[in-house]
Order: sequence, then structure tokens, then C-alpha cells
Amino acid sequence: MTELSYVRTEMLSPQKPPASETGIVHWVRENLLSSWGNIALTVVAAYAIYIIVAAIGPWLYRSVWNAESLQDCRAIIEARFGEGKTGACFAVISQRWQQIVFGFYPRELYWRPMLTLVLMLVALGPILFSWVPRQVLWFSITFPAVAFWLLWGGTVWLPVMILLGFVLGYVAFRLVSQFNGLAGAVLAALVPVLWWMFLCGAAADAAQSVVPIALIKLGSDQFGGFLLSTVIGISGIVFSLPLGILLALGRQSDLLIVKTFCVAFIEGFRGVPLITLLFTASLLLNYFLPPGTTFDVILRVIIMVTIFSAAYMAEVIRGGLAALPLGQYEAADALGLDYWKAQRLIIMPQALKISIPSIVGNFIGLFKDTTLVSFISLSDPLQVVSSIRANQEWNGIYWELFMFVGLLFFIFCFSMSRYSRYLENKLKTDHR
Amino acid sequence: MTIALDPPKASFRLGMLLYDTRYRSITIQVIFMILIVLGAFWLVENVTTNLKAAGKDFSFNFLWVRSGYDINQMLIQYSSDSTHGRAMLVGLLNTLFLAFITCILATVIGVVAGILRLSKNVLVSRLMEIYVETFRNVPVVLWIVLVNAIMAVSMPEPKEFRGETPTAQMMLFDSVAVTNRGVYFPEPLFSRSLGDTDIGLFLVSNDFLAIIAVVIGSIWAYRRLQSNATRVQNATGIRPVTWWKGLAIIFLPLLAFLVATGFHLGYPELKGFNFVGGVHARNSLVAMWLALSIYSATYIAEAVRAGILAISRGQTEAALALGLQPSLATRLVVLPQAMRVVVPPLISQYLSITKNTSLALAVGYMDLRSTLGGITMNQTGRELESMLLLMGIYLTISLIISVLMNIYNNSIKLKER
Repeated sequence: MTELSYVRTEMLSPQKPPASETGIVHWVRENLLSSWGNIALTVVAAYAIYIIVAAIGPWLYRSVWNAESLQDCRAIIEARFGEGKTGACFAVISQRWQQIVFGFYPRELYWRPMLTLVLMLVALGPILFSWVPRQVLWFSITFPAVAFWLLWGGTVWLPVMILLGFVLGYVAFRLVSQFNGLAGAVLAALVPVLWWMFLCGAAADAAQSVVPIALIKLGSDQFGGFLLSTVIGISGIVFSLPLGILLALGRQSDLLIVKTFCVAFIEGFRGVPLITLLFTASLLLNYFLPPGTTFDVILRVIIMVTIFSAAYMAEVIRGGLAALPLGQYEAADALGLDYWKAQRLIIMPQALKISIPSIVGNFIGLFKDTTLVSFISLSDPLQVVSSIRANQEWNGIYWELFMFVGLLFFIFCFSMSRYSRYLENKLKTDHR
Repeated sequence: MTIALDPPKASFRLGMLLYDTRYRSITIQVIFMILIVLGAFWLVENVTTNLKAAGKDFSFNFLWVRSGYDINQMLIQYSSDSTHGRAMLVGLLNTLFLAFITCILATVIGVVAGILRLSKNVLVSRLMEIYVETFRNVPVVLWIVLVNAIMAVSMPEPKEFRGETPTAQMMLFDSVAVTNRGVYFPEPLFSRSLGDTDIGLFLVSNDFLAIIAVVIGSIWAYRRLQSNATRVQNATGIRPVTWWKGLAIIFLPLLAFLVATGFHLGYPELKGFNFVGGVHARNSLVAMWLALSIYSATYIAEAVRAGILAISRGQTEAALALGLQPSLATRLVVLPQAMRVVVPPLISQYLSITKNTSLALAVGYMDLRSTLGGITMNQTGRELESMLLLMGIYLTISLIISVLMNIYNNSIKLKER
């Protein structure tokens, strides 16, 4: 009975998987060489990568960062790497980057846009990330006025007085709405408008004469380059979202006249290219305003870009509203919420969440579209680039400049799209 | 115990206009209407005052005045003696032509890139991801200007094609010449042409019309052939062999027509300082076409990818379980559902391509905006009329495309009961 030697008494230690099933070999086999078709794809892709790298790599390697002109650049490259060699001449960027970024903004005042950028990041903090303390939101609300003052300069009291209009409206609302809600709402709209139209300027002048605090005033013609794009782009983004929400609500509304107007507005502005609207802003606006009215060209462009983008935004948000189950509307009604409360507490948070990717896509589109202002002779980055290229010293250069401008835009747009991915994941409430 | 037999009589009071939801909507709409009318009245009033102050009237008569400028790229006959209206038509056709060829190229690139981006091959999908992210995160104007600069600076001059040892070569069997003045293609010629028909606005080549007629006829005959084969198959169980008949029906009539009319290609040739003959596509057109296509294709690629991802795997598996062949499963089950997701964004991309053609301004392609909203407007000083007309035309194009899209969307909508 003790001869049952075929029963194993100890286990074999587990063997390592075959080399072809682990590590990099497995990965390559699985991902690159799994079938003949896949191998062909890999070869083609590798060849494409080789072509691109072989074209760009040496060109980047033979780059020159210090030179006075393109001829200078070429001479340095030939001296360094031999006859007939070409390379990147990034000297144009180290020489002219200020112009591309800041336009004609006075050089000694560069700290102002820089400071605005830093403050903007601070102001964006509580809006973008939930871990930033909520108190910073108060700064975010005042940031537009701060940015306006820093960028355009002039007396500090003008933006302060403009902000004061909102405060006055709020105070009027709080005081009156105790007695009559409707009168409170009307006053909340009316008081600030009256303040801005009649008293604001005088109050600012008076305050300035008492406590003079002012920065050097700059005209809009001194704005240019990436600064201009950012100013137009960010203002457009900030204003077009609320306007787009209102338009989308108007389009979904039961009120026939409001709905018709919103549909006409949205379709009308979506149907024409932005360029024609910009031309309207620069050429035709004087026809539509009372004789003698003039106002700032950047402001005109911001208005047009905002309206154009709001029309698109409205359609995107309408998509979100339509995707919401009817039960949500009915539940809000059943809870006894009125229209605005239902929108604010139940409908909009969900509709906006659904449409985040498209909303951010719209923002990116708007930001890229700011380059079109070069056609109405505002000096956006592309306009600056063409003026540099028209220069004697840099005539004939293009890759380096376009790469630089493209990179600036890419950083902005790509980080926006990544942020939207992050937000989507954060707000995801479906089943995992 | 009291019983309310009658509901309280609804008597109308003025306050109900504000506090009763039944009447409040009417109040709001009336106020809104008044505001719109006032605003419109204000605008019209301002325009009339301003026009009067500038000494201008409001009329479209300038469209029938001699234009006096040349257009360098055109599809229909035009000279500087033609009217501004005709210049506008030339521009409109240029816009539509550019939009059309861009839509085709963008769709081809976009579909390929979208499918490749889902490839299991990491190298390929990464490459496509880089392509999509790079191109869609940089303004399209930059791409247009860049391609234009490459065309103008880096391409060989026509004279470099000359001589015993030319430094530049024509491509595709000496038929296409890429120069810094544009691209020269061979043109279709007919030695026994059928002539042209004047349809009022422009001449249409009879050969072209005849070719379309022949092709439509062939397709109709091919359909007949196939349905006949199906009938025979249903009756006897054996499907007659049709492939060579089908090929013959589709290609022979066209071939016969081309031989009969003496079809041949007119190749571009280097004469003097430039190429002569063939079709000349200027740099501006090529730059617009390439840049806009490559840029828009990234959006189409994303739409295609989303469409493919939207079809759950269960659909394919169910189709295979029903005994469909893989090709039939793709054609009958997967594609129709994917199309429902892909087509709406695809069409709105076409719409935005059409609007983006107005960026031709950046490179000087003579589209609608450059003729009507550019030279005509500057020459005649009719900003208001020109811009209104320009916007009206773009709006019409957009609305037509939207209507088509809505019709399509309704036809493929899930029928929920």
C-alpha cells in the first residue's frame, strides 16, 4: 500500500509564461504584428514616421537662435554644418516674439498683460477646480473690471463705478423685493442701467479728482498679437455662454413670439460666415447707429464674436435640453418649482453637463476664429507674422513663425479640450 | 358642511396680467413684441438717416453695371466688360466649386483617419490621433496661409522644368505640373464635340450633359439586369451569371460615346515662361482646397469614430447569430445604424466648410466674398447692399443644407411607439 508512488506529494513551482506571452514581445506581437494586414499597417506607419522625422529632425537639430536676419541665419548654418545645409532659423522668434505675443503694446508696460494673465489664472481657479477655496469666487466676479483697467489703463474709478452699478442694482432688489417681488426685479434691471447711462462717468471723474489713481491709458490700436486674440477670445467665451443659454431657453419656450425671434436670431447668425459679420462690424455698424456714434473697434469685434458664438452655443445647449428625459421637467413641475427655479436647479445643471464636450468645442472654435480679425486689419498673430515676413530681414521665412503661432494656439485649445475630458469624467454619474 | 357647487367666477382683473400664469405669457409676449418693433424701427430710422447724410440711396442697380475688373479663376465666361451681377455669379460658382471639392477630399481623408484611429495597431492609431489633435487645435487660417506659402515659396518655377536636365519633374506620366504659379492638370477635350448649350446664364457643354445621360442610362439598365436576375433566381433557384453583362452595360456605352466624340486629354506644355494648355488651378485654389480639407477632415474623423463606437458589439453578434455573412452584417445592420450617428455631424461639417470657403480672402481666391463683398463693394461703394446680398446668399445656402439635413434626420429617425 505504500507503493503508490505515482501520487505527487509536492507541487511544481509555477513556470514563467513563455517569452512570447509577456512583456514587450507580447505587446509588439499583439499590437503591431497580429496579422498580415496589421504588419502592413505597421510598416506603412513606421515609414511615414520615418519620413516625417527625417524631414524635421535634422532641420530642428540645425537650428539657430541668434541672428539678425534670414541671410545671417543661413550663413551661420552653412558655416556650422557645411555647404548647402538648411536648418531652422528660430532667431526670428527670439528677435520678434514680443511682437507676436503683445503686438504694439509698449514694451515698458508688458507687466500689465503679464499680471492680468496671472490674475486670470487665479480668477479661473474656483471656476475650474472644486478644491480652490470658494472665497476666491468674489475675486473672479470682479476680475473683468480689473482686467479692463490693467489692459487699457486710465483711471481706476471707471471700472469701480461700473461695478458699483451691479451693487446698486442688488441693493435696490433687496430693499424693494420685500414689498413687491416684481417691482424689485424691474428695479434691479433699471437702476444699474440708469446709473451707467447718467451718473457713472461723472462719479468716476469726481472720484478721480479726489483720489487720483490711474495707469497710462492705451488705445485699442496698441493691442495686437496673441494678447488681442486672448482678449477677444476670453471675452467672447465669457459672454457667449449666458447669452447662448438664454437663446436656447427662448427657442424651447412656449411663447410663440419669443420662440420665433430666437429661431430667426440663431439661424440667421449661424447661417453666415463669421467674416461677413466682422466686415459688418467694421464697415456697416455706423449705418445702424445714430449719426456720430463711434465706439471701440475691439468692442465691436467682441460683440460680433459673442453673438456669433452664442448662436452656436444655443444650438448645443438645445441639444442638451432635448436629451434630458421628459420626466425631469415633469418632476420639477410636480415639486411646485416655478420656471426659473426649475431651470436653475433641475434642468440646466443636467443639460449643461450633457453638452460639456460640445460647449468646450465651441469655445475652442471661437478662440481659433479670433484669427479672422486680421481681415479687418486688427493685428492678430497672423497679421503680425505677415508683417514680419514682409520685412526685408525675414523675407522668405514661414515654417518657424507659423510653428510658433500654431504652438501658442495649440497650447490654449488643447488644454481646453483636456479640461473638458477631466470635467466629463468628474461629473459622470452613470453606472460604471 | 359647505359644498362648493360652482367654482368661483373668474373675473378678470388687471393684476392678473402679471400674476396669473394664463395671462402672464401674453403680457410678456406683447412687451417683447413692442421691444422688437421699437428696435427694428430704431435701426431702420438710423439707416435712412445715415444713408441720407452720406447722399446714398438703397438700390441694387449696381449689379447691372459694367464691373471693369478681371477674375483670375472662373468656371463660366467672364470678362471685365461683364456686369457686377455676373462677377457675383462667377464668385458664387467659385465658392460652391471650392466647397464641393473640399467636401469630397475632406470626407475621404476623414473617413480613412476615423477608421484608422480605431485600429488595433498602436502605431497607426497614435499617428492618427496626433494628426487629428494637431490640426483641429490650430486655426484653419494658419493652415491656409501656410500651405499657400509652401506652394508659393517651395514649389519649382516653370523654367525649372525646361532643358536637358530639368531640376523639376512633372508628375503622373508627365501629365501634372506642380509649380509655384499653381498646378496644371490635363483637360478633357473632344475632337468631335457636340457643342455648347446656352442656358441663359452660362454655357453648358453638351458633351458633359451627354456623358451624364449615358451614365444614368447605364445604371438604369444595370439595375434592370440585377432585378431580372433576382426574378429568375426566385423562380428557378439558380441565379444567372451577370457580372460580365453588368460590366459591359456599365462601361461599353460610355466607352463608345467617348470614342465617337474623339475624347482625348489636353496635356499642359511648357511654352515660353509658362505652361500652356490643360487646366490651371491657381495656388490660392490649391491652398484653400488642401488646407480646408485636411483641417475639416479631423472633425469628420471624430464623427466617424464616434459613429463606429456608438454601435454596440451586440448588434454585430446578433447579426452573425442570425446567420448573416460578415459583409452582409456590416451592410445591413452596422452601417445603417452608424450612418444615423455619423451623417448629421457630417452634414454640419459640410455646412461649415461652405462657410469657411470665405477665408479665401487670406490667399486671394476669387470667391463670392472677394467679388461681391470685395472688389464690387469697394468699386461701387455700396457696402450695405453688397453685405446684405452676401449674407443673404450664404444664409440661403446654409438653410438649404439644413433643410436637407432635417429631411434626412426625419427619414432615419428611430420609430418609437
